[in-house]
Amino acid sequence: MSAFAAIVRRDLLLAIRHRAEAANPLLFFVIVVALVPLGLSPRRETLELIAPGVFWIGALLATLLSLERMFRSDFDDGSLELMLISPQPLPLIVLAKILAHWLVTGLPLVVAAPLIALLLGLPAGSLAVLLATLVLGTPTLSAVGAIGVALTVGLRRGGMLLSLLVLPLYIPVLVFAASAVSAAAGGLPVTGQLYLLGALAALSFTLAPLAAAAALRISVS
Amino acid sequence: MWAFLHRFASPPHFYRLAGTIAPWLGWICLGLMAGGLYGGLVAAPPDYQQGESYRIIFVHVPSAWMSMFIYVVMAGASAIALIWRIKLAGIVAVESAPIGASFTFLALITGSLWGKPMWGTYWVWDARLTSELILLFLYFGVMGLHAAIEDQRTAGRAAGLFAIVGVVNIPIIHYSVEWWHTLHQGPTVTKLSAPSIHVSMLVPLLLMAVSFKLFYVTVLLHRARSGVLERERNAGWVRELAGRPESD
Repeated sequence: MSAFAAIVRRDLLLAIRHRAEAANPLLFFVIVVALVPLGLSPRRETLELIAPGVFWIGALLATLLSLERMFRSDFDDGSLELMLISPQPLPLIVLAKILAHWLVTGLPLVVAAPLIALLLGLPAGSLAVLLATLVLGTPTLSAVGAIGVALTVGLRRGGMLLSLLVLPLYIPVLVFAASAVSAAAGGLPVTGQLYLLGALAALSFTLAPLAAAAALRISVS
Repeated sequence: MWAFLHRFASPPHFYRLAGTIAPWLGWICLGLMAGGLYGGLVAAPPDYQQGESYRIIFVHVPSAWMSMFIYVVMAGASAIALIWRIKLAGIVAVESAPIGASFTFLALITGSLWGKPMWGTYWVWDARLTSELILLFLYFGVMGLHAAIEDQRTAGRAAGLFAIVGVVNIPIIHYSVEWWHTLHQGPTVTKLSAPSIHVSMLVPLLLMAVSFKLFYVTVLLHRARSGVLERERNAGWVRELAGRPESD
């Protein structure tokens, strides 16, 4: 357990030391969302209709952009190999990396969400649901993404491939989260979607570290 | 049992055996396909609602079945390759991917050709169509990952792991897109009690399904044979086969 805490602490420290780099996904997210009214239409009714989807596609892309950081720098400076040969169970280490990644990229999205929701004209009533989908959904994105990064970490130009691997796996989160926010804006019940998002989070947090650990053993060998 | 399996899966033995079986399977496949096409395109009566255009199901439905079947075979072979380190299983998994992707593509194309006269549009964002499209992306992911990694062994194992991750996700993705109300008609053949398809259409459909399966096995055997040769190019038996002396 101490290894788990040590890795989370180390990754958070690294993120704080490289503040500008850590802020990039959030800035990217804000810019993507800001482009939508410019590209489509600033009309209130249009924005309200598409806001949930735009919000979640932005979150997906921002997470995707930041995924490489999870293992890349550790791979480059060799600390990933030390983690692989350490006596600690590798899935636990991977889980720590996933948690740290979420704290650095997922949590800021949750914090910034009310502001963005304001920009997109999301009804105030659905804000709570939006936050709930983010809290339940973004950890899944980090966990599933870890598998993709672990598979491509040894490749020089893995970026495009990473999106091909990871985005199809993100679809369930996108569908349930966006439909929950839309339903909330329309005054419909959302418990079903939220339960499913919770189930996806539980599933991905139990299985993804195992798969990502196996993937790391394959790509770093 | 294990000794037999290992002997069977040894590359030279597989190479010879596959070379003997493949032509036979190919001819049987051709015969069944000819029968199925005749039964489907000529003998079966036109549908009372859809007229002649329903006949595309004799290609569309078997390819859609194959697209999922091959993915499961690929994931199963990958699991065998990763757990028991059987080289041949890895080759089968990797060589299955392009065939599966082709069947998925064929299912999508024939489906949209059928959709134009029936639904009035080539494409709708319906649950089954979307799942099939995502399946195509997963195939591309497996192929892309395999192509991107230089070392053949690592490439095979990484692509195999991704195939297994995908097979866990396919049901989740399918049910998540089924969230939308769906336009695609429900299953008509797998209702065992009383299939809602007439026997004059069912027989050619099943013939086509079996012949597609044989087609897959035939092509897979050919591809796996060349895959074995490529991976074993430095082994003694391949050199002998190519008539090159051992010494160089």
